[in-house]
Amino acid sequence: MEERKAILSAKDIEVKFRVRDSYLTAIRNVSLDLYDGETFAIVGESGSGKSVFTKTFTGMLESNGSITNGSIEFEGKDLTKLVTDKDWEGIRGAKISTIFQDPMTSLNPIRTIGSQITEVITKHQKISGEEAKKQAIDLMERVGIKGAADRFDEYPFQYSGGMRQRIVIAIALSCHPKILICDEPTTALDVTIQVQILKLIKELQQELHFTAVYITHDLGVVANVADRVGVMYGGQIVEFGTVEEIFYDPRHPYTWALLSSLPQLGTKGQDLYYITGTPPSLYNKIKGDAFAPRNEHALKIDFEQEPPFFKVTDTHYAKTWLLDPRAPKVEKPEVIQNLHEKILKMTSKGGAFYVEHE
Amino acid sequence: MSNTNKEVLLSVKHVDIAFNNEGKKFRAVKDANFDIYKGETFALVGESGSGKTTIGRAILRINECDKGEIVFKGKRISGKISKEEDTNVIRSIQMIFQDPAASLNERATIEYCISEGLYNFHLYKDEADRITKVDQALTSVGLLPEHKSRYPHEFSGGQRQRVGIARAMIMEPELIVADEPISALDVSIRAQVLNLMNKFKEEKGLTYLFIAHDLSVVRFIADRIAVIHHGRIVEIAESEELFRYPLHPYTISLLSAVPMPDPQIEKKKELVVYDELKRDLSGPKPVLQEIRPGHFIFANDREMAEYEAKLQVMEKEHEALGE
Repeated sequence: MEERKAILSAKDIEVKFRVRDSYLTAIRNVSLDLYDGETFAIVGESGSGKSVFTKTFTGMLESNGSITNGSIEFEGKDLTKLVTDKDWEGIRGAKISTIFQDPMTSLNPIRTIGSQITEVITKHQKISGEEAKKQAIDLMERVGIKGAADRFDEYPFQYSGGMRQRIVIAIALSCHPKILICDEPTTALDVTIQVQILKLIKELQQELHFTAVYITHDLGVVANVADRVGVMYGGQIVEFGTVEEIFYDPRHPYTWALLSSLPQLGTKGQDLYYITGTPPSLYNKIKGDAFAPRNEHALKIDFEQEPPFFKVTDTHYAKTWLLDPRAPKVEKPEVIQNLHEKILKMTSKGGAFYVEHE
Repeated sequence: MSNTNKEVLLSVKHVDIAFNNEGKKFRAVKDANFDIYKGETFALVGESGSGKTTIGRAILRINECDKGEIVFKGKRISGKISKEEDTNVIRSIQMIFQDPAASLNERATIEYCISEGLYNFHLYKDEADRITKVDQALTSVGLLPEHKSRYPHEFSGGQRQRVGIARAMIMEPELIVADEPISALDVSIRAQVLNLMNKFKEEKGLTYLFIAHDLSVVRFIADRIAVIHHGRIVEIAESEELFRYPLHPYTISLLSAVPMPDPQIEKKKELVVYDELKRDLSGPKPVLQEIRPGHFIFANDREMAEYEAKLQVMEKEHEALGE
């Protein structure tokens, strides 16, 4: 891979939340470089810290949370040093925008769609109301709202779920952000709408050239959109690589477990693979590898010492002792071996998920 | 293949369900007509607003049928029925909900959440009997008896959904209506809940109506699948059959939207968009008719001829592939 320019660089981020009298460490020393124009997907279970981590890019942590270590470099600034809303002006919502899961809660139900888009445009650009309306209608058309001018004065409840999410996308893109954070953008939508929304974001990305960060628990979405993937567990990224490396050559036992438990890969009449136990409590200090208690391949050292990142390729790293040269050789589970061949068979003629296109 | 010798547990017979909206009638379910056999998992698949949940709620006597009737074990359970029968239906047909956090009383202990049905119907001899039943229900879903003094918020999402299942199972139901029981859960926990549901099906011969919005889960869990679109069931078939010979364009659209965990394949994927307005709907009124044994499709005679031609091509292809 050629040298690419990092547009945002997070280093050793630690985030703590104060809950009653104790502290919860939600993010434990996570570093990440985002490259210009790429799509990076963060995948993990609820509570793994994927949303919290990206909220640090826009200073949107809940008030009881704070960044206790590390730096986030973006356009020559350290974002961890910004405190007040005034500090964030020009970055949050302008250069770094976010799309949330539920389009109904991110839109104001008692204001028209048009006024909600123009509000954002006039806040960040010094233009007349007339000009802003023109831009807003243009944006609405761009995100696929038919008859945009007529629907400008309608309210959110008059739009379907998919259409509302399109409006949220229009608002997020109204200031031409450099980075678009998509926090479970399609989880609340129907599957056929999901495919359309993902396609729309991809097309807009080509056209407007922004970096996209997806937060999702759905590996199908990851496969669809991502160039690179980071797998999060217990407040850390435990493996990252190109999307093909993560799906076809995963190295961390947690990534193996996530892939193996997909019902798409299940055989009827047999139990699906599932991860035993529960995620670690983040109130206590975690010793060793956070996934060790649930990992059937755990080594003795996993319970004693935190593994470092081992390099698999120039782009692929995994935080597991299994990659240490001294570790015993462990194969990934049978169900995800030859994954591409298996899924190719399922989606080809005669396979369960084969679809004929006209 | 044939279902003739299977016992029908529940029949939904030509059911229409309508809602009144400012004087206007909205038909949420149109002429739903299907049987659920004892011991099977019957899946109802469709997108939001398709009426799948409405049908589930009608079976539980929460929504009223406008036309048609619902028959459970040979007895009509829709419309007006005696109080005794009503009690019996409430006990025998239980529900598992989508969001386990919202469906449990957060101020009550797990013990109370699980016992509530027992209290309501006095289904226990004495206190000791009730506690034994609660303990058994907890153990059967993989939780521990000592968990019963805790509150819902002390559990993870997957554990809460297991409490939801324990609460349904303690009533010893014959049919469970599971409305998107895994949609709100994490990937790793989904597998546990699906396995658990299958376990009860095998051990107790339990029957499920499994309501879902996507076909990937359903292929794994369902014996038969009905695809519903805008209140209308458009295709019903055994699970294998439906995936082998998907015929209705809406079924094909849903199938094309299933996310596959493979970047090379997923990135090339094209959605088959289903647009009812662009379809040729000429000819007589379509009805649900059988095209292969046990495989029904909503079509009129003209469409039927098209589907049959398509089916022949597909059958030849499968033959050529040596299946």
